[in-house]
Amino acid sequence: MSAAVVAGIALLGGLGAVARLLLDGAVSRRLAGSFPLGTLAVNLTGAVALGVLAGAGVSGDRSMLWGVGLIGAFTTFSTWMLESHRLAEEGRGRVAAANVAVSLVAGVLAVLAGRYLGAAL
Amino acid sequence: MARLDARELAAVFAGGAVGAVARGELAEALGHGGGWPWATFLVNVAGAFVLGYATTRLQERLPLSSYRRPLVGTGFCGGLTTFSTMQLELLRMLDDGRLGLAAGYAAAGLVAGFAAVLVATNLVRRVGWAR
Repeated sequence: MSAAVVAGIALLGGLGAVARLLLDGAVSRRLAGSFPLGTLAVNLTGAVALGVLAGAGVSGDRSMLWGVGLIGAFTTFSTWMLESHRLAEEGRGRVAAANVAVSLVAGVLAVLAGRYLGAAL
Repeated sequence: MARLDARELAAVFAGGAVGAVARGELAEALGHGGGWPWATFLVNVAGAFVLGYATTRLQERLPLSSYRRPLVGTGFCGGLTTFSTMQLELLRMLDDGRLGLAAGYAAAGLVAGFAAVLVATNLVRRVGWAR
């Protein structure tokens, strides 16, 4: 990667992480409960956005910047796993399993929906 | 939830920038053939391990007042790992009719990611040197 692309990924990655903090916080404050809806909202929104990029045929450096930098840093696998683990540990095994299954299935559907949207742009 | 402040946002930004660049470099180094998405798989499992380790250590062993959690957890681990790319990779496997690969990739990612959090958490709780 060129230095400009690395710098761009750093900038967009930083912004993506901050955007995740803000959206997660906003959703979690309004919809407090045992199910981690903040992370789900972040991940599904990001999955739609990455689908739009894929549907629009974005590739190469632009894919690295927006797909890996912004959207990649916005969505998170690690928090999804951490929250699932903590739920299971608290004896909420069914909620943990639902958190894994709902995200997985809805995530693929979200990318699919985004891809139709991106192809139509 | 704690109120946001500029230092917390800066810590998340810095961690996210480093995590995203690390993932970009690994993705470029490993490339992407038609098979197993190693770059995504590796960053996700590694990030889950680091997040499990850091979160447990900061919550259970260190004072909560530091900016290490936003820097390392929210920023770096979140920036390094990705949900969206994993889902796109799964969709493309399904596009190609490679149902076994898709099922294997989803299952391996989830099992390894969950196990990474579990092992990291237990490491912090059981081992004295983690302090």
